[in-house]
Amino acid sequence: MCPGIATDHEYSEQELDRIIQEAVEANGSVRDAVIPILSEINQKLGFIPVESLGKIRRYINTPEAGLFLADSHLYAVASFYQMFSLTPTGKHVVRYCASAPCHVEGGRQVIEALQEQLGLQPGETSHDNQWTLLKTSCLGVCGVGPVFLVDQDIYGNVTPEKIPHILAKYR
Amino acid sequence: MKSIRTMILVTNDPISVERGAQDVFQMFQTEIRKADLYDEIKLSTISDVGEREDLPLVIIYPEAVIYSQITTEEVPVLFDEHIINGRIVRSLLSKMHEPVGEIAWLRARLGALPAQQRVVLGRVGQVDPESLADFLTQDGYAALEKALFEMTPEQVIDEVQKSGLQGRGGAGFPTGRKWDFVRSAHAQPKYVICNADESEPGTFKDRLIIEGDPFSLIEAITIAGYAVGAETGYIYIRGEYNLGFERLQNAIRQAEEQGLLGNHILGKDFNFHIHLHAGAGAYICGEETALIESLEGKRGQPRARPPYPPSYGLWGKPTLVNNVETLANTPHIIRNGGEWYHQFGSEKSRGTKIYTILGNVNFTGVIEVPFGITLREMIEIYGKGMEKGARLKLVQTGGSSGSIVPASLQDTPMDFESWRSTGASLGSGAMLICDEHTCVVDLAKVLLDFFRFECCAKCTPCRVGTQRCYEIVDSISKGLGSPDMIDELKILGADMELLSNCGLGQTASVAVRDILKHFKDEVEQHIFEHKCAAGVCQFIQKTPFEQNLLSAQAGAEIESEEVVP
Repeated sequence: MCPGIATDHEYSEQELDRIIQEAVEANGSVRDAVIPILSEINQKLGFIPVESLGKIRRYINTPEAGLFLADSHLYAVASFYQMFSLTPTGKHVVRYCASAPCHVEGGRQVIEALQEQLGLQPGETSHDNQWTLLKTSCLGVCGVGPVFLVDQDIYGNVTPEKIPHILAKYR
Repeated sequence: MKSIRTMILVTNDPISVERGAQDVFQMFQTEIRKADLYDEIKLSTISDVGEREDLPLVIIYPEAVIYSQITTEEVPVLFDEHIINGRIVRSLLSKMHEPVGEIAWLRARLGALPAQQRVVLGRVGQVDPESLADFLTQDGYAALEKALFEMTPEQVIDEVQKSGLQGRGGAGFPTGRKWDFVRSAHAQPKYVICNADESEPGTFKDRLIIEGDPFSLIEAITIAGYAVGAETGYIYIRGEYNLGFERLQNAIRQAEEQGLLGNHILGKDFNFHIHLHAGAGAYICGEETALIESLEGKRGQPRARPPYPPSYGLWGKPTLVNNVETLANTPHIIRNGGEWYHQFGSEKSRGTKIYTILGNVNFTGVIEVPFGITLREMIEIYGKGMEKGARLKLVQTGGSSGSIVPASLQDTPMDFESWRSTGASLGSGAMLICDEHTCVVDLAKVLLDFFRFECCAKCTPCRVGTQRCYEIVDSISKGLGSPDMIDELKILGADMELLSNCGLGQTASVAVRDILKHFKDEVEQHIFEHKCAAGVCQFIQKTPFEQNLLSAQAGAEIESEEVVP
């Protein structure tokens, strides 16, 4: 349930198998476990490798019990939700709130400063794989807007001047 | 709990934590353990104390004394002097504010605002959210006990109907009737779903309930299950609410251990289980049928309705879907009776409503007040007035899908009917208060950008409509607008409202509609004069007059060039 935690992108076949197996065991091989299983893989690897979808399908498909899933079903789910990433993310993921409350409280300047200092547009990952910049909808901490997240840490009442200090902690 | 004499709060916002607030917290824990004062002193954390230079703070109640820039070295001194000897350590006192102002500021922050009536949030901040034992000392589970031992499921539903409780998720559907629909559906099994996918921008009331009083929600869902005849409940919490997830997980575990969830609850012939399900980031999953699809492990795309969830919901079975705040009201109604609930609110909107106040006011945060107060009262009393020098221009209500209310309507009582009659909606209770520096075109652009981003892309009117509306408003904001764009927006908006499959598409154009209704002049100013009164929009194109002038000059240059050879 956590968005992309920074990890190395290198993993072995066996490791992926183990992660998938554990996720399926913990959540059960039923249709409604699909999202929790994908969450767990996304959390452990920082993204969901496309080749894992076929493996998940093989684990939880039980046509005799009326549960039939194609890879495309899983891809449809994995590509729908914003907390899932199908491509590797940078070591640190910055998510800024683009909703109206933060915007009114000075969010536009913060977004511009973030883009400038990271040298990234929303959705991009830096060449050295250090940073990914993403847009997110309301994080529910509007009382201290504008807000952005670095990995799991929330920063509120942000001004463009504070951004270098915040980012420096992760460099 | 009753014997607590002192409460110590340590700030835990990111800045404080960076400066070692966690060590300070642990140090206090050690001191309390050393002095064996577990029963008398409550140690807790406080976040969100505002922008300050002197963090971390340590706040001690009931004296409401604030110490600033506390490090681990100062903790033993502070503890011995203040807690044991009862002497205030002057050298460590916060210097930022005068003491009197400080206390007033703090009280406001902690929610002791004048005339707030806290029913749903009554226990938030007073109860240990991680302890069932503490919850039980504060009337916890009294409602479930009453329902199970003294009432039939029909009587429970009657009581909710009598109270006049309406859904707090935005639509305002009578809760008792919904429960009755599910109860009278024939198919089995039935399900109860608590919609905790609170993603409406500017709304965090449900987070407060979940994080501050999770057991009350578990109790409420259990009561709902008993009333409608369900044995399984789900809580669909949004993926971003990590703390809420942990608190609910803990609450469910403790309730199961004590026999308040599971088989034969309180020894009665009633079984009920609750599953916790985290979302994965999709605004649309707050729509009830999209939420059900997502629970089933699919893309969160809304179903065609009817059939509605009370007859065809999760796995095709009768399903009750209620918002967190709605459910959190029910234990109070069951415990005190439906009549009791009538003392709050107005004739047709019973009870209290939790609002989040945001934007250009002095106090931003959550309040719970009866229906019927006006916007002006909300801003002046609870928002502590507009920020210095700011004048109210508009209020954006109910999150992105809500409406835009101009300052001229700020004396309308805030309840479901009065607002409906002005064409506005209360929605989720988010109140974004905007001053003169807010440009309506820019605001519409942000809202439409949100919708085109969050659109699930299932139906065409919404998928294409949100994108096209955004493009039009974007061009107006850049000075590329043309006079026919206003009509195009109106037609598109009407089409989307009529033809979209779900609430997202139906309400995506509401903000634009309201802006064209109340602030048409300002939009026209953008189109014809390339002028933004608020000074927000940056125009990339010149006005027609300037253009003519430029082309005339260019023409003159070309002519002169021709003359030269």
